[in-house]
Amino acid sequence: MRIVKTIAIILLVAFVGIQFIPTERNQSSIVPATDFMRVNNVPETIQKKLQVSCYDCHSNNTQYPWYNKIQPAAWFLEDHIKEGKAELNFSEWDSLSNRRKKSKLRSIIKQIESGEMPLHSYTLIHKDAIFTKEEVVEMNKFITQLKDSL
Amino acid sequence: MKKLKMSMAAMLLLVVSFANAQSGDVKSEAILSDYFSLKDALVGDDAKKAAQSGTKLVAALKAFDLSKYSKEDKKELADIIEAATEHAEHIAKSAIDHQREHFKMLSKDITDMVAITGTKNTLYEQFCPMYDKGSAWLSTSKEVRNPYYGSGMLKCGKVQKTIQ
Repeated sequence: MRIVKTIAIILLVAFVGIQFIPTERNQSSIVPATDFMRVNNVPETIQKKLQVSCYDCHSNNTQYPWYNKIQPAAWFLEDHIKEGKAELNFSEWDSLSNRRKKSKLRSIIKQIESGEMPLHSYTLIHKDAIFTKEEVVEMNKFITQLKDSL
Repeated sequence: MKKLKMSMAAMLLLVVSFANAQSGDVKSEAILSDYFSLKDALVGDDAKKAAQSGTKLVAALKAFDLSKYSKEDKKELADIIEAATEHAEHIAKSAIDHQREHFKMLSKDITDMVAITGTKNTLYEQFCPMYDKGSAWLSTSKEVRNPYYGSGMLKCGKVQKTIQ
């Protein structure tokens, strides 16, 4: 019984302790001139969907959930955002060459079509980020048009 | 006599630049060689070998030497290398379906690279109308061995262009 108590105390101390480790926040009030929405003519429904389903991990501005300040959840989020932005950052869209834009657009279509994106761990909490069948069709139509116009 | 010398010099210059444009260089040949082992791995449905070739290709792309190219070609090649590296990195860590998606885009980049660097070998640009609304790749052999389907449809496709 004593051991259980000791372990519980150690865990509690550790849990409290890690709360003091700072995390990097991915937030910016500026929408840069290179942002996907600013350089392309994006219909409103598509804008909203991208914002809700993609921008949290693929832009310089995350709408954080309430638990973002609690470790280890914050680390988990930080990691995903870092990785997401390395793959594709909508805020810096226009700094890509046409060749790379085309390849990104192609990957966007593939990822959404196959259901690999948005991540399940994300849609678990963000139910509105899930793509309906119609939304997949609409998004892919827009992205394909954009790709062919480059 | 002076005229003859001039025209000889011009001829020489022409031959040199022609050879330069056509023969490729050691670095771009290394990239091609890794690209072809990647293609062969995909033809053989071997994701592990494809991933290894992807890793090698990343290194070969990194080693590419831009210095001898014109300003315009430099810019284009740097762009191609950056895009191709991204695809090779993905191929190095993905399952075979995803490797093939990236191989399609990589093939476009490598084809564009060869258009600038040239190559010492004859290459065949092949085309499969079925994979992802039509997809091309490069091969050193005329015979079609499809990297997008592997054993599933090994001989689907045709030679659409010969690159010399």
